[in-house]
Formats: sequence, C-alpha cells, structure tokens
Amino acid sequence: MAPLESIPPFERFYLAHRDEVYRYLRKLLGARAEDAWQETFLRALRAYDRLEHGRHLRAWVFTIATNVAMDELRARPSDNLAPTREPAVELRRDAFRELEHLTDRLPPTERAAVVLRYGYDLGYAQIADALGSSEEAARAAASSGVRRLRRTHEHHA
Amino acid sequence: MSITPELDARFRAAAIQEGIVDVRYDVVDSPVGDLLIAATDRGLARIHYEPEGQEDELARVFGLRVLRSPLDDVRRELDEYFEGHRREFDLPLDLRVAGFNGDVLTELARVPYGVTTTYGALAAKVGHPRAARAVGMVMNRNPIPIVLPCHRIVGANGSLTGYGGGLPAKKLLLELEGATLPL
Repeated sequence: MAPLESIPPFERFYLAHRDEVYRYLRKLLGARAEDAWQETFLRALRAYDRLEHGRHLRAWVFTIATNVAMDELRARPSDNLAPTREPAVELRRDAFRELEHLTDRLPPTERAAVVLRYGYDLGYAQIADALGSSEEAARAAASSGVRRLRRTHEHHA
Repeated sequence: MSITPELDARFRAAAIQEGIVDVRYDVVDSPVGDLLIAATDRGLARIHYEPEGQEDELARVFGLRVLRSPLDDVRRELDEYFEGHRREFDLPLDLRVAGFNGDVLTELARVPYGVTTTYGALAAKVGHPRAARAVGMVMNRNPIPIVLPCHRIVGANGSLTGYGGGLPAKKLLLELEGATLPL
C-alpha cells in the first residue's frame, strides 16, 4: 500500500498558502478580501484535524476561499451579467497577464474560474470542486470569462 | 502582494479565541539563548533550547492544529525568573508523562530554587535508589526545562555532568539562582 502523503502541521500549511490565497481573494473581492481571507483560514483550521491525507491541500484551500468569496459576492453582488452560450476558448499565460487587470469586471463565477485556471493553474476538476459545479460548468464559466475579458479589452483598447 | 503583519496577527488571535488550536508556540529570547515555548489549553507543554523545526514533534504529540501565537503569561514568568524576581513558576503545566518518568518529574518539580541535588538522591525519592542513570535519562528528555528544574540535578561528585541546553546554560541558571557550584 502506498503511504499517504502526511499532513503538515497547520503552521507550515498556513505559511505556504496565506499570501497566494490573499492575492486570489483580492482579485475576486478587491478591498473586501481581508475578512474573506481570515474566514478562509479559520474554516481551514476548523476542518484541519479531520483531513485524511495531505494531498491537494493547495486546491483544498482555494476551494474554501472560493466558497467564502462566492458567499460574499452573492450577499453583496458587485456586478451581475447574464451568462453567454458560446464555444469554449482557452487563453495562453502571457495573454492572461495582459487581461488580468480586467478580471474584476467579470461576474463572480467567471472571475473565480478564470483566475483559478490562468492565475493559479488549477485543473477544471479542481475548479469544479471549488465552484461546487460540474467540470463542464467550470470550463464554460472560464471560457465565457475569457471571452468577456477579450471584449472588455477590445472595448478599452 | 503579501498579507500585512496586522492581518496575520488578527487571524492568529481569532483562531486562539475560537479554541480551534491544539498547540500554540512562540520563540522568546533569554540569557540562555532563544527558546521555543509551547502550550495547550491545559498549560505549558514544552520548552525547547532548539527553537527551529519543532512543529512536527508538536503536531505528533498534541495534534495537527499547530499555530504560532504569543504566549504572554509564559514569556512574562520566564522574564521575571531571568531577572531574578521569580523563584517559582505559577504556570499550569500540560505534562503528558506517566509512570516512573512522571514520578521523577513530579519530584524534580519539588527541588527548591537555588538548591542542587543528585541523580541518585532524586532516584531514592521515587523509591528506586539504584536508578540514578534512569533518572539521568528522564532529565535528558525533560519536556519543560527551566520550569521543571533539571539544571538543579548534578552528579554524585558534585560535577555538573550534562544538560540539554548545554553546560554553560546549566551553569548560568545555577549562578542566577545563587546555588553553590562545585569547583
């Protein structure tokens, strides 16, 4: 039997992820990120002694952060644009860097999907977990977000 | 972009406040070098002369929810002790040691400030007069040195023998307490 990856002491997990989770929440929530960041790590700490192994801890904490951010955005929506139905598009990393500053104009789910995919390199299965949706829906949200980013970019260019 | 020290401190305080931490620790400076101090809800659980890299051991013994956080009560009593203003510690202890080792540490805690005794005498106190060497092993693994004063235990000939924090630290603590040192 392969040994399970052991779970690090919480302090080490916290130091490894606190800054990138904060940057992620800043992208989703702007100035509202601080409370969401604290809530994210409190939720992680509450659940930490029930973890069964130490795999995917990074994806796990991003999932928690996404849940906290979605709750916050649903409670106080910053914008709400209708979803679109168009073919899937992907983005190269360098292209994302050019568009990254526009992500705060996306609706919450698209914003989370795009940032997790292109900003943090998470796979669609992990993004689906984070969003509490199907993998297909996660892919669609990212795709729709990319198209919207491009339109916004062209509009401002 | 990194989190601010204020945000970091606020999270750590909220976690302690909520009672979801198994063991908290901090590093404090002292005349015998930097010390790691660790405590649970029950009390002071560890003092280490080697402050780096103890998180795994803390997690193994007390639980995974290990968090660095100020331990003001412990720091204050240690400061008072090192300034010579405190002869006994009032801190509650979380001592998860049973049997012979537990008996030895309980007797050790009774050795008064500024007084030295021998490994053999301590062994006799717990009813095993020939167990001086085993007592030495218990001293060597003392989870809370300074507060549980293993520095007050010396060899039968009066020599300092050994100490987890190094012999200079043992000498410094005994001098601080005004104990009569062997020549």
